[in-house]
Amino acid sequence: MSAFNVVFVRDLRVAFRRWSELGYPLIFFIIVATMFPLALSPTTSQLREVGTGVLWVAAFLSSLLAVDGLFRSDADDGSLEQLLLSPVPMTLTVLAKLAAHALVTLLPLVVLVPVTALSYNMPLSALPTLALALLLAAPTLSVLVGVGAALTLSLRRGGSIVGLLVLPLTGPLLIFGTRATDLGLNGESTAAPLLLLAALAVLAVSLGPLAIAAAVKVGLE
Amino acid sequence: MFEQLHFDLGPTQLALLVGPNGSGKTTLLRILAGLAPPTSGSATWKDVPISELVAEDRAEVAYRGHFEALKRDLTVVENLEFHMALWGREAAFDGVLAELKLNKVAHMRARYLSAGQRRRVALAMLQLSGATLWLMDEPTTNLDSEGRALLVEWTHRHLAAGGLAVVATHQPDEFATSGALMIEL
Repeated sequence: MSAFNVVFVRDLRVAFRRWSELGYPLIFFIIVATMFPLALSPTTSQLREVGTGVLWVAAFLSSLLAVDGLFRSDADDGSLEQLLLSPVPMTLTVLAKLAAHALVTLLPLVVLVPVTALSYNMPLSALPTLALALLLAAPTLSVLVGVGAALTLSLRRGGSIVGLLVLPLTGPLLIFGTRATDLGLNGESTAAPLLLLAALAVLAVSLGPLAIAAAVKVGLE
Repeated sequence: MFEQLHFDLGPTQLALLVGPNGSGKTTLLRILAGLAPPTSGSATWKDVPISELVAEDRAEVAYRGHFEALKRDLTVVENLEFHMALWGREAAFDGVLAELKLNKVAHMRARYLSAGQRRRVALAMLQLSGATLWLMDEPTTNLDSEGRALLVEWTHRHLAAGGLAVVATHQPDEFATSGALMIEL
């Protein structure tokens, strides 16, 4: 098994052994997405108007709840030191950890968000675009969360600060993601924002792990 | 924390780091492992600074700190398998588990192990790492007398096979070998 697979499989296994914790961010997302219709007047036209923005913001917020599973738990039990010392390059380890983390935290959102969108009176025809936009945004979001998690490793309680670090950086994702969703809703061409999301994903995945690996090293010193 | 410190270690040699709490034993071990850079000076393995080692040389250095690096939700065997795969080693570890009296808990999740048993698994990882240089930070913590004896025996066996070891300890007598290098911090 390649080094990438070794780390990837191990992180997946650890995540699924604590499967109940995987559910918390998803339940958080559903609760937040349900609160808006309660707070706003629930006319169908208004719901559809705010729906796009609410769903994207709620998805980003809920992805922050799972941040401790990325590096914090490994740092607390000494595993991160061993990963750093092992002959496997840390950049590769980070890439594998991000992939496993995205698979268990972000992929469920890619499924859950379009389902929730139905309750915002979004037409079925717009849902594939929404799911695709989320799928393309996921790698970048994962890398951003990884940067936040790595930079706050040396802090005792990093969780809340990660949000302050990461959320402002999700601006472009939010803009292109909601734009693609809105264009999809109106039945127009969504190629431009989706391609921009894809370009951001390529950039994030190619440069992110290098930066995160360096930040983890500094964070453990 | 400490200055004017210089020592060389060759095959079959053991160095014991002793000193009161807070004197820098852990810091020195972390510098030797390459986890922290020294403020000044350098730590080298085979004349190469520890932070610039290539993967094969990197794998010759094993560090065991205060934490056992066990995933609580994985079984003992899964933890060992992951650890060995990470280091690119393949070896049967039934014998090692038997010696450590861990057979009965081999398929239990690490969270159900006692502190002493977890420490024993950490020892198994060290033994199975195949590393030449063992860096151990107070390895006898939580171990019973039998476990401590086994640790000392393994260390001596490792040295006899041409290995090196640096051990931070408050009980240097336990490791007493005539040739041990005592480093007082």
